[in-house]
Amino acid sequence: MKKKLLSVLMAAAMVAVTAVPAFAADTIKIGVYEPASGDNGAGGKQETLGIQYANSLTPTVEIGGTEYNVELDIVDNESSNDKGPSAAAQLVSDGVSIVLGSYGSGVSIAASDIFKEGGVPAMGVTCTNPQVTQGNTHYFRICFLDPFQGTVLANFANENFEAKKAYVLTKLGDDYSTGVGFYFTKAFEALGGEVVAETFQEGNSDFTSYIASAKNAEADVFFAPVSIEAAALIIEQAAAQGLEMPLLASDTWDSNVVLNTAKGKNVQIYVTTFYQEGGNPEFDEGIKAYINSDSTAKANNGGDDIVAAVSAMGYDAYYVALEALKAAGSPDPAAVNEALWNVEYDGVCGKVVFDKENGDAVRDTAFVKSANTETGAWDLVGAQKVEE
Amino acid sequence: MEWFSKNLPYLLAGVSVGGQYALIAIGYTMVYGILRLINFAHGDIFMVAGLMMVYLSATMPVYIAIPIVLVATVVLGFLVERVAYKPLRQAPRMSIMISAIGVSYLLQNLALYITGGLSQQYPAIPWISDVVSVFGASTKRVTVITPFLTIILVIALVVLIKYTKIGMAMRAASKDFETSQLMGIKINSVISMTFIIGSFLAAVGSLLFFTNYTGVTPTVGAMPGLKAFVAAVFGGIGSIPGAVIGAFIIGICENIIKGMGWTTFSDAFTFALLIIVLIFKPTGLFGEKATDKV
Repeated sequence: MKKKLLSVLMAAAMVAVTAVPAFAADTIKIGVYEPASGDNGAGGKQETLGIQYANSLTPTVEIGGTEYNVELDIVDNESSNDKGPSAAAQLVSDGVSIVLGSYGSGVSIAASDIFKEGGVPAMGVTCTNPQVTQGNTHYFRICFLDPFQGTVLANFANENFEAKKAYVLTKLGDDYSTGVGFYFTKAFEALGGEVVAETFQEGNSDFTSYIASAKNAEADVFFAPVSIEAAALIIEQAAAQGLEMPLLASDTWDSNVVLNTAKGKNVQIYVTTFYQEGGNPEFDEGIKAYINSDSTAKANNGGDDIVAAVSAMGYDAYYVALEALKAAGSPDPAAVNEALWNVEYDGVCGKVVFDKENGDAVRDTAFVKSANTETGAWDLVGAQKVEE
Repeated sequence: MEWFSKNLPYLLAGVSVGGQYALIAIGYTMVYGILRLINFAHGDIFMVAGLMMVYLSATMPVYIAIPIVLVATVVLGFLVERVAYKPLRQAPRMSIMISAIGVSYLLQNLALYITGGLSQQYPAIPWISDVVSVFGASTKRVTVITPFLTIILVIALVVLIKYTKIGMAMRAASKDFETSQLMGIKINSVISMTFIIGSFLAAVGSLLFFTNYTGVTPTVGAMPGLKAFVAAVFGGIGSIPGAVIGAFIIGICENIIKGMGWTTFSDAFTFALLIIVLIFKPTGLFGEKATDKV
């Protein structure tokens, strides 16, 4: 009996072993390195959603005359700098050709070396910290950077609110948050403004004192480049304490979680972002239909069908990756890495061209939008450019 | 006067958060008093209570959801004790502690699985979520209610322990576990009662806490749990008044430190305070008064 069982198992194992290469021959893997839990879980899921939508539209790619099925290999980096690298290592050992992600700069920086050692190129979708791509040749990015974003917001505060004093709240140990805060401060002070800076720690959910401090400092604007989860808590407290100054924030706040929290409350919220719903009606319609057709997708998008900018960016990232694969002419990660430098793509969020130094997309426009607390939607305030 | 109105929000926040820590801290201190066990899962029971409220209030009115949450949390606390701690009654204390850590991770990961890792928006509870103005400082009504509710609950608890039969049994068990068994005290029901009271207070604490800070995540119980634990040790673990006073001191200090602009150090300060107190008074503020132990 035991022998019989053993032989059955062995036969099964042999089938499995022979089956794998046959399957892999016409499948190409794109790694998706995104947070699905932790502080940035909500944003990461929306970014992944854009990638999945693009994959559902274009599930195959022709490389060097062969048609390949594109399989998404999605891992969860848990928004954590310690856990991210092991998720990244899994992608490398799975043999992906290119990695997309992550939402959140800290985890991207943390995983950078793993990708480098594994010889796999990575493409940041919405990680805006300069350090992600600096000093390496394998990490690319399709979004704008923090120095740009910080400057845009500082200009915006100065021009629209005649702000002289800004209260800047960042999260300790979060590369993204401290980065944007730093560049905002630099730009704001260059414009002759004054900055009161404070920080909060991981796991903090009590923002009462911060709001009180901002009030006491008599600041003109409250700038908080923080995660969506902290954003919801800040909005809640700001409304409870009747904070009258406008809340300014960076791309993370562009989320329906923020809209839902702000709805019906007396708060003013302005954010910079990559994409404004309505920018490409065809894309909006398609992704809305996709979200509504699948209850998991809808839950991942926060329960409604408002298009997040990060989803649009995820969508573009997928197509940029396909372009790179086509240009490389093979699924070999090294060839893809080489090909990425010269990829050009016209996406829904604008044209993607990589600069030849760091592999950052050349972007000069950010959209500024405000939360409409009555309708629970974003209103476009305008497109802001910065002259270098 | 201007100074007062400027600094009032910090004090209000401190008193309110202190009250919430106190309700959690009582659960730690009572269990320690009787079982000499640090119940690491307590902060997660607090989190689960918050999560249950989120899901229940989506399907039914809040005034039905609140009692169900209170009862369900109590049942959860009771079950955790029966399943994870009771079979280990005769085992070395370290084993129960490891079991407690296991329960903590189990609850966190279950929550992670159910929520998908996303922060859940806590429902607004009518009346206590309303914004009120206190001497010119605007805040939610819950901030004002919390300290009073905490004190009322603590007084009720002290009365229960001093004047009822089960309270007497608890005091006996905390004095001498084995002897009280010999004297005919049903030790298992006493322990269950301790967990029931602790979980009930944690559920009340979660109602107050999340009404003010509305995001519920799987790990949200960790920080308040840790601070409440610090408060319990600070006040002298095993002592209920100690835990409550310790919790208020920590809540207020933490917010005053933030108000002074040293936001980076507010947590560091909390834990430094613990170290200093323990160096000079190893049993905590009220640790030696053995008569108050439960």
